[in-house]
Amino acid sequence: MKKKISTLPFRGTPEQEAELKAVIDANKQDKSSLMAVMQQAQDIYGYLPFEVQNMIAEGMDVPLEKVFGVATFYSQFALSQKGKHHVSVCLGTACYVKGSGKIMEKLEEVIGIEQGGITNDLRFSLDATRCVGACGLAPVMIVGEDVYGRMEPSMVESIIAKYRND
Amino acid sequence: MKSLEELMTLKAKMQDQTKVDGTDCEYRILVGMATCGIAAGARPVLNAFVDGIADAGLSDRTVVMQTGCIGICQFEPVVEIYGKDNTRTTYVKMNAEKAKEVVERHIKGGEVVKEYTIGAGRADSGEIVTSLPDTDFFKRQKRVALRNCGIIDPESIDDYIAKDGYFALAKCLKELTPKEVTQTILESGLRGRGGGGFPTGKKWSFVADGPKKYVVCNADEGDPGAFMDRSVLEGDPHCILEAMAIAGYATGSDEGWIYVRAEYPIAVKRLNIAIRQAREYGLLGEHIFGTDFNFDIHIRLGAGAFVCGEETALMTSIEGNRGEPRPRPPFPAVKGLFGCPTVENNVETFANVPQIILNGAQWFASMGTEKSKGTKVFALGGKISNTGLVEIPMGTTLREIVEEIGGGCPNGKKFKAAQTGGPSGGCIPAALMDVEVDYDNLIAMGCMMGSGGLIIMDEDNCMVDMAKFFLEFTVDESCGKCTPCRVGTRRLLEMLDKITRGEGTLEDLDKIEAFCNYIKSNSLCGLGQTAPNPVLATLKFFRDEYVAHVVDKKCPAGVCKGLLKYVIDPDKCIGCGKCAKNCPANTIVKTDYVAPGHKLPSMKILTEGCVKCGACMSNCNFGAISKQ
Repeated sequence: MKKKISTLPFRGTPEQEAELKAVIDANKQDKSSLMAVMQQAQDIYGYLPFEVQNMIAEGMDVPLEKVFGVATFYSQFALSQKGKHHVSVCLGTACYVKGSGKIMEKLEEVIGIEQGGITNDLRFSLDATRCVGACGLAPVMIVGEDVYGRMEPSMVESIIAKYRND
Repeated sequence: MKSLEELMTLKAKMQDQTKVDGTDCEYRILVGMATCGIAAGARPVLNAFVDGIADAGLSDRTVVMQTGCIGICQFEPVVEIYGKDNTRTTYVKMNAEKAKEVVERHIKGGEVVKEYTIGAGRADSGEIVTSLPDTDFFKRQKRVALRNCGIIDPESIDDYIAKDGYFALAKCLKELTPKEVTQTILESGLRGRGGGGFPTGKKWSFVADGPKKYVVCNADEGDPGAFMDRSVLEGDPHCILEAMAIAGYATGSDEGWIYVRAEYPIAVKRLNIAIRQAREYGLLGEHIFGTDFNFDIHIRLGAGAFVCGEETALMTSIEGNRGEPRPRPPFPAVKGLFGCPTVENNVETFANVPQIILNGAQWFASMGTEKSKGTKVFALGGKISNTGLVEIPMGTTLREIVEEIGGGCPNGKKFKAAQTGGPSGGCIPAALMDVEVDYDNLIAMGCMMGSGGLIIMDEDNCMVDMAKFFLEFTVDESCGKCTPCRVGTRRLLEMLDKITRGEGTLEDLDKIEAFCNYIKSNSLCGLGQTAPNPVLATLKFFRDEYVAHVVDKKCPAGVCKGLLKYVIDPDKCIGCGKCAKNCPANTIVKTDYVAPGHKLPSMKILTEGCVKCGACMSNCNFGAISKQ
């Protein structure tokens, strides 16, 4: 499956970079530990943007294309960032005909990002999902692991508000 | 650890400590803390026991400890209490409240709290079964690979040593030559438990000469529905380390790698603890037991790719590459990890090795059938009353597994088929339930043992849909290196999809068969070669269901949405309109027909707009809506 690549500017901190450098230094003798380095890099940054892949490629002295190849092969590696609260709207048939498209529009307006995006403070990301099997509750939206059913556009604001401060 | 004597002293000391018939210790409380137990809430239970025992001032005569998975998933969190005179009580579905009560009544008062035990609620007559070994689920089992799971503390090497741990390694190093070790494994008849069933001893004897050799443990258990390897790693990690060292001694290797799924964090944690402890005790490292044998083990984490369970893909992944398989030959025994001769076995295979060394090849060969020796762990799942892990001798019939051990299908439904081997396997229909389950019988049926996931299906399951489900999995997980697998499985899925939409023809069935055989014979690795198995097996045993889909345009099990129709019985419908209110597609309307005895006209579903979500049926209080 094709992976979504982040379009957000990279915002790594010097602390993160130092941490990654230490990981690379501990492993660069052994090129076969590339995956282990990438796993730790993902723990540090939460995902593997090109900038991080580049640092790994240079630090480990392997071609960037190899790092990218490994990153896209394994489903565990993420190339785009998710917010602290990942919001998704079911766009399966049942939800769609019941108006989940309007829920999505309202979410885009309330959170202020487009579908597939993430807020600047990294608090919210927004996406569509395939049928979650809760058609009886259509339309459905999901925040993290909480499922909200029988949604109306007017309910969006108050639900999102619950996640603004924690 | 320099000598066998040292090991024996430690074992004796540990057995004294953990003995429960002495005056020092009256009770040993074991809380199941594998992934399933923890997810079900075992941690608060463990804490409640620790606090309860401390508050009651009973710490001096009661031991509370964690253990691995005992195999009864539907009963988690599970707590077992071993008492004086070898009594064993199994408490199920525990929580902190119940734990407090058990401390009060059982530990303090000496009374078994029957209503919380495993037999409670299912006693048809007379005595409630309070102990797991007395249940039908457990009685027929024979535990070899899982012998320590749910019995010992997986984070304690001393606990493992008390159960004869590392004695098999000592025996190999002190009494047997490497050739004799391989010969013992060969004579035992042990075959690879990860899928193919290749004789393990033969595999070891094929390892070529070379300055550097590797032992690899395949712990990349990716089959949906199989979790016996996780259970061993979480419940008895030391036995894998010991077996790998034995394999190292037999094949002349000094380095082992364990490739384990990143999705198993508890297994990874316990393996790391075990490796650290074994190094501290000198059971890994240099000059083990004072001999010239050196062996050490490293762990590599997978990153979520099913194909990495294939042996050559796994080695490519350990080397830090995209986990794509390599053509064979050269076989790993000649040119494997980092280009060196390599022996690779899966977790369950390794788990049998120390017991074979300790008890002898004859002991192991006495269990099972002519060509499949020993026991096999199955993960029972799907439509079956007792879900969980069962270890039974090879050759047990499917009927015994499903009806006696598994307790049959729930809600009185009829057994239809058992799926074995996950996405690489096939299915055994009800008509063949009395066939003895072993490697060769399964292959003769067009199935395969696989890793031992056993998904039970009842009359409500559609076999075409099942085949489609597994194929969707393979399409997602195909690595893309070879065309027959990458493109072939996708085209196959499209054909199946066409059938489930009701657009298939009889010629399609023949086409599908030909296509399956093409993919099987032309794919590079095991993933592609076995991907068509679920389709071929269902076509063979349930062709009538496929025919119903293409000729009658009906799904007999009522699963395939494309062929479904929700219908309202106008004579049962009272016209309340609840279905219409709940319809996400607004496709239910009033008719002009008023049934005799009813006041309101009945409702009707317009097939045009219906998305077949079933909301109307689940909301109807009068049973007027049915699937057709």
